Amino acid sequence: MAVQRRSPAESVAMTGNEAVADAMRQINPDVVAAYPITPATEIVQIFSAYAADGRVDTEMVLAESEHSAMSATIGASAAGARAMTATSSQGLLLMHEMLYVASGARQPIVMPVVNRAVSAPLNIHCDHSDTMGSRDAGWIQIYSENAQEAYDNLIQAIRIAEHPNVQLPCMVMMDGFIISHGMENLFTLPDETVKEFIGERKPLYPLLDVDNPVTFGPVDFTDFYFEHKRQQFEAMLEAKKAILEVAAEFEKISGHRYGLFETYQLDDAEMAIVVMSSAAGTSRYVIDRLRRQGLKVGMLKPRVFRPFPAEELAEALKDIPVVAVMDRSDSFSGQGGPLFAEIRAALYEYDKRPIMVNYIYGLGGRDVRVESIESVYRDLDIIRRTGVVGPRVRHLDVRE
Amino acid sequence: MVAPLKVLSNRSDRLTSGHRACPGCGFPIVLKMVLLATEDPVVVANATGCAEVCTSIFPYTAWDVPWIHSAFENAGATIAGVEAAYQSLKRQGKIDPDRTIRFVAFGGDGGTYDIGLQALSGAMERGHNILYVCYDNGAYMNTGIQRSSATPPGAHTTTSPVGKQSTGKREKRKDLTAIMAAHDIPYVAQASIHNHRDLMRKAEKGLHVDGPAFLNVLSPCPLGWGTNTAMGVEYSRLAVETCFWPLFEVENGEWKLSYKPRKKLPVTEFLKDQVRFRHLFRDESLIEEIQADVDRRWQQLLERCGESAE
Repeated sequence: MAVQRRSPAESVAMTGNEAVADAMRQINPDVVAAYPITPATEIVQIFSAYAADGRVDTEMVLAESEHSAMSATIGASAAGARAMTATSSQGLLLMHEMLYVASGARQPIVMPVVNRAVSAPLNIHCDHSDTMGSRDAGWIQIYSENAQEAYDNLIQAIRIAEHPNVQLPCMVMMDGFIISHGMENLFTLPDETVKEFIGERKPLYPLLDVDNPVTFGPVDFTDFYFEHKRQQFEAMLEAKKAILEVAAEFEKISGHRYGLFETYQLDDAEMAIVVMSSAAGTSRYVIDRLRRQGLKVGMLKPRVFRPFPAEELAEALKDIPVVAVMDRSDSFSGQGGPLFAEIRAALYEYDKRPIMVNYIYGLGGRDVRVESIESVYRDLDIIRRTGVVGPRVRHLDVRE
Repeated sequence: MVAPLKVLSNRSDRLTSGHRACPGCGFPIVLKMVLLATEDPVVVANATGCAEVCTSIFPYTAWDVPWIHSAFENAGATIAGVEAAYQSLKRQGKIDPDRTIRFVAFGGDGGTYDIGLQALSGAMERGHNILYVCYDNGAYMNTGIQRSSATPPGAHTTTSPVGKQSTGKREKRKDLTAIMAAHDIPYVAQASIHNHRDLMRKAEKGLHVDGPAFLNVLSPCPLGWGTNTAMGVEYSRLAVETCFWPLFEVENGEWKLSYKPRKKLPVTEFLKDQVRFRHLFRDESLIEEIQADVDRRWQQLLERCGESAE
């Protein structure tokens, strides 16, 4: 995110959860159906207070599980409402079946997800295993580095999901505790500006249009199922355009510039890391430090993971000699994390491409320190100088 | 009051013909009767199951009302979401606030007694203005007759098969209607297709009551029961006359018997000629056990309803 300077006096101090709850208040969805889960609980907790005070028009469905929360959200969305929920970790996993229904039924549901490790063993702290586990569920996935981005992304997500050419659900991520519970200064938009920006939802075939009855979620066999899946593929391609279109409009109202990903000191970089979410902030600090020491280091921070901006990422990375892809989850394929696998695949078409290694990092909330990121760049420097790659998949800051 | 037959016969079916249910299947009767019980617009949610797959094969649909299916275990949660949207949009004036819409969910016994119990319980507890109708045919018929918690004891299913060391399902039936009554919701009832007036009266009550309602309807399945396709309604009658499937309602916590057989028939009248129970007739003690179970439950129901024993 590139920011036009605004006076700090205009900023407000909020945690990530507070910022997301505030964005939801401004979005004012018709229905919110949710179930508590650490560290996302606060979002709906804060939002419930807005509902209790009549500050939103939302009908609350305090469901008995995340599975039902997502089911009710789908029902509400199909009925014609703008419907939202929020979750994390095990909650997202319990929703897993319904994630596919939401996308297959083309419901533009928007859901903040606070990234958290998944059991077993039980762990409430940050990693990306939860949302990476649902990467193929047909949802648009947008990752946020900080509370500001989470706030901005959530508002944009409404427009992206409901875009006439898209009509797909969208999840907006932020890192558990690190961002969800960390206080930071951010700029929010006036209520009216958000209201105008997102507009009213225009549902295509709402169930509540009882004079024009529709059949939602039918049996769809060998003769048509495939065509419907093909349409979903097309919608994801359209989503990439819509994300950029909406970002351009959002910049006009906020001064915040968003793309499919963000780069930092990448143009002349000889070594780069690809890292998502909160660890990007630490990386930026490390880059500044190493640059002062004469090391040409840079970073690429993916924002949009679904649709996967393969060509754009490959174009940005292809000329960099050595690249480390940082995955805050493991696919347990034995071949590295999901981000690594997809970025590597994206570069397959290029004759000239970087030497690439993968770092699995920060699982279960393992702290990502300045020294941690610095050690990655030091490793890359050795690879660059010697040409010796060593292990392709590495684990950062773990007891071996 | 249920409209007279003459009036009902002039109402258009909301589940139209052309669906693919087996000959003699009970659920189309259940669905049609329930939806005939109101003239208000309705939105229907369906759990995965026979009724869903037989009525919605894309690009065709047998539904002349807005209808949604999303998964197996969540008809309760899905209709709850639809109803919540209605409340919200109505309150905000985004839809016609003077137009009352009714919300109905249908599920088989597998989708209701078993996998959908939690979502159903949640929806009932939250007080949504919905009617949930279970068409109970006593097994997972859609997947090929597997036992559910609604399968009667002694029944042969493909997962509780009769074998050298098995006499069919060992366990008793779950009393789902009583579980729903324990939610202390405005209206809970049990009905049967052979008594259309009683069924429709209950559907009408359930649809128009303020708050959640639950209706459990026995739904004959010739394929799973091993019965003559022409005899579904007769088997429903026998289930009631033997007190295997009593008709009752629980209105605001008050239990009321809807029908008391003049002479309670032995349960064998219901069991006989059903292939799923055929093996029981080789061992009298098995029949006695089933009869004792039916008697005990019937007695319990009479007490709950403040009725004297026969």
